[in-house]
Amino acid sequence: MDWSSSLQGLAGGILIGLSATWLMATLGRIAGISGIIGNLITVRPRGDSAWRITFLLGLISGPMLLMLLGGNLGNVAGAPGEVIGQPAGGVVLMLVAGLLVGVGTGLGSGCTSGHGVCGLARLSPRSLAATLTFLATAIVTVFVVGQLSGGGA
Amino acid sequence: MSTNRQARSNNGTLKAFAGYIAGLLFGLGLAISGMTDPARVIGFLDLAGAWDPTLMFVLGGAVVTNFIGYRMVLRRPHPLLEGGFQIPTRRDLDARLIGGAALFGIGWGLSGYCPGPAFASLAGLSLPLAAMLVAMVAGWFLARVVPTRG
Repeated sequence: MDWSSSLQGLAGGILIGLSATWLMATLGRIAGISGIIGNLITVRPRGDSAWRITFLLGLISGPMLLMLLGGNLGNVAGAPGEVIGQPAGGVVLMLVAGLLVGVGTGLGSGCTSGHGVCGLARLSPRSLAATLTFLATAIVTVFVVGQLSGGGA
Repeated sequence: MSTNRQARSNNGTLKAFAGYIAGLLFGLGLAISGMTDPARVIGFLDLAGAWDPTLMFVLGGAVVTNFIGYRMVLRRPHPLLEGGFQIPTRRDLDARLIGGAALFGIGWGLSGYCPGPAFASLAGLSLPLAAMLVAMVAGWFLARVVPTRG
């Protein structure tokens, strides 16, 4: 097992947990990306948009900062030092995947952060059910894609 | 009067700053953990292949940290900069929740992107990532026109 990548995963995970705790401590909000950015774009709530915009700017500038600092702090598989990995497919695949992620997180009121990181931490039964469901369909999807593209390898 | 307005605008700046810090920590966490690499995510979901445990450590570290953090924070009467906590109260399961999560998982498995890493990867923008982001936003609009039923 690749312990250094697991340790980086743990360190990054702790930062994500601190982010969620910080957002609750200061603004009293769930750190759910699809909720924060989705509502910013689709609803544009008056008087409730500024923190969403700055959150998005922070989210984008985090990896940028890491790239500027250098220092090999990224954890891209097979490319130590890289911060951002390559997409897994072309434009058509990403259009289909993006639509599914958008519709799915919109209908299901949350994604890996809102249901996973925040919902599990508050022991919400809805978030536990959602997390188990999207993990299951994602695992099945990766298996099916592997069978189709790898010829059953 | 004017000091009131001054205080309100100071508070607005503080709230925006707090949002930025949360996003920054989140983005740093995603990048350091390798979640800005779709191959790491798909490697975790690929139980039949060369399984990559990284995501388990990310989610585990985040949930445990936040579990402890929430316990400390939610004991307070209200957050530092707002009048109250905004926390979902529903506990029932419905088709919208489960169906939505199921669709999200398929898209997540196909691309290796959930919304956070997709936006956090903007510094490495490529045509496929742009397509992912545009379609995701379109999906958010689409989800809003699906009627809610009890």
